[in-house]
Amino acid sequence: MIPGGAMAEARSIVEIRNVSKSYRRGSQIVPVLENITFDIAEGEFLALMGPSGSGKSTLLNLLAGIDSVDSGSILIGGLDITTLSETDLAAWRAVNVGFIFQFYNLIPVLTAFGNVELPLLLTRLSRKERHEHVEMALRSVGLSDRMDHYPNQLSGGQQQRVAIARAVVTDPVILVADEPTGDLDRVSAAEILELMSRLNKELGKTIIMVTHDARAAEKAHLIKQLDKGVFINVSS
Amino acid sequence: MFLLRLVFRNVFRHKLRTWLTVLGITIAILAFGLLRTVISAWYAGVEASSASRLVTRNAISIIFTLPLSYEERIRQTEGVRIVSGGNWFGGIYIDEKHFFANFAIEPKPFFALYPEIILPPEQEAAFIRDRKGFVAGRKLVEKYGWKLGDTVTLRGTIFPGQWDFVMRGIYKGRDKNVDETTFYFQWDYLNEKMKKTYPQRADQIGFFMIGVTRPDIASDVAARIDNEFRNSIAETLTETEKAFQMSWIAMSQAIVTAIQLVSFVVIVIIMAVMANTMAMTARERIGEYAIFKALGFGGGYIAALIFGESLIISMIGCAFGIAFTFPAARAFGDALSTFFPIFNVAPETIYMDIAAAAVIGTVAGVFPSWRSIRIRIADGLRRIG
Repeated sequence: MIPGGAMAEARSIVEIRNVSKSYRRGSQIVPVLENITFDIAEGEFLALMGPSGSGKSTLLNLLAGIDSVDSGSILIGGLDITTLSETDLAAWRAVNVGFIFQFYNLIPVLTAFGNVELPLLLTRLSRKERHEHVEMALRSVGLSDRMDHYPNQLSGGQQQRVAIARAVVTDPVILVADEPTGDLDRVSAAEILELMSRLNKELGKTIIMVTHDARAAEKAHLIKQLDKGVFINVSS
Repeated sequence: MFLLRLVFRNVFRHKLRTWLTVLGITIAILAFGLLRTVISAWYAGVEASSASRLVTRNAISIIFTLPLSYEERIRQTEGVRIVSGGNWFGGIYIDEKHFFANFAIEPKPFFALYPEIILPPEQEAAFIRDRKGFVAGRKLVEKYGWKLGDTVTLRGTIFPGQWDFVMRGIYKGRDKNVDETTFYFQWDYLNEKMKKTYPQRADQIGFFMIGVTRPDIASDVAARIDNEFRNSIAETLTETEKAFQMSWIAMSQAIVTAIQLVSFVVIVIIMAVMANTMAMTARERIGEYAIFKALGFGGGYIAALIFGESLIISMIGCAFGIAFTFPAARAFGDALSTFFPIFNVAPETIYMDIAAAAVIGTVAGVFPSWRSIRIRIADGLRRIG
């Protein structure tokens, strides 16, 4: 566990070097990120903010290995993920990245237990071990009594907690969260932020969160503002 | 196991759509099965034919006869075991709608030649004793409610006049592919009446059914028989019973081909319907597939989800389709027993049903799988919300 005050001494878990990314819209090339360079320390809780179209979600996708850079490199735990093939990148994500989405993105035909078990199917864990891990993850988000519930039987806040349990069950290197409170009421949003904060403080999880919500960003140690593909402000 | 569970749950996520698709496949497989059974029924005579039997007819056409005197010469041919002459009678019972095949035969050699026609010995003896006797297949007898001793009158078309026959026996087929709707009477009765009414048409045989000593010499025997009558007044054409049956089918080959074509068109149509269902399904779940990919699942897993769902739906439809094929074929066979005396669902038809369903399920999954595997995760995730 690395408390917020010790960030400067912590090693960098994420190293982003000269990353640029653009999209093609018809015949037009639209630059989204331009020559971005920064590090994220292990155990960091970083909030990426900025107006719509500023490139924050794109940056998050690049860090999570679900999108590819035009140029530059992204080293996570010392491995340059921009050099990995599609297959290797999938295997890498399975081990290293936990996802938390705005709309929870749970599989509706699976129970909370099934949803959390999903990433573990790609591991070598036995059925018994998987069950133990899932129970532990659901207990850690306060949903041990909702294991057999389907997503449509859970509130938004509870669904997001299941999603968080799914994100942490494999003990990934980084957690990426895209507007994790964007679809929640104020009380549920506060609970989710508290839970993420706890994961960061107690379990030392490195969290990179995209948000529009200033209150959500307050929970982070570091806030980076993006606008038109470049950082304009950093605050902690 | 997890994958299978997930596939099954996905199958019934949209119950109405799934069941409507299953219904479509059921009807398609049922139609396919029935059409294939119609084709099998068409070839039933070929299936029932024996490799050790030959048929000799006039080389010009089946409608021309052969002299009775040929029978003894054929019998003397090397490799011939037994000979039985016969004529297509073409008599009509009540009216044209009540069609059934009726033949004049020589009972003793005929029954020796066709062991698959089972006639109780006492009935066979009674039939042989009575010149005006006839035997009929079980299904024909059941259809008209005839009893032993009943007199049945046929109106002759090729052989004019009213012909009275007395029922002396009811035969059954030894195998499922034996026609049980045929009417046989004594050739002697026909010949005697011809002698009295149309003497120039007497002592004429429509075809000879020939049993050979060994199936492997059948073609040699056929050549010998035809050589025997070369340059005679009525040259012969001798062929295997199978070839003889096939020559009848060849006359209606266009219909058989059309039915075959329609049966495959039915499958192609339902394949398009199924492909549309799977395309809709995959489009709706593209966000979920993106999640699977984000979590580290490969394209193979997503393809397995889609193909699995597609195959399960098509196989459920196939199971219902096959289950309904049997009663439908029974009803169809009963209603059209005049045209299709043998209307059995063959095991090959069931195998083709299963193969067709497998093809439907597989083809329907190809495009959605390809599309889902190729979609960028970020794009797929954007579809949610």
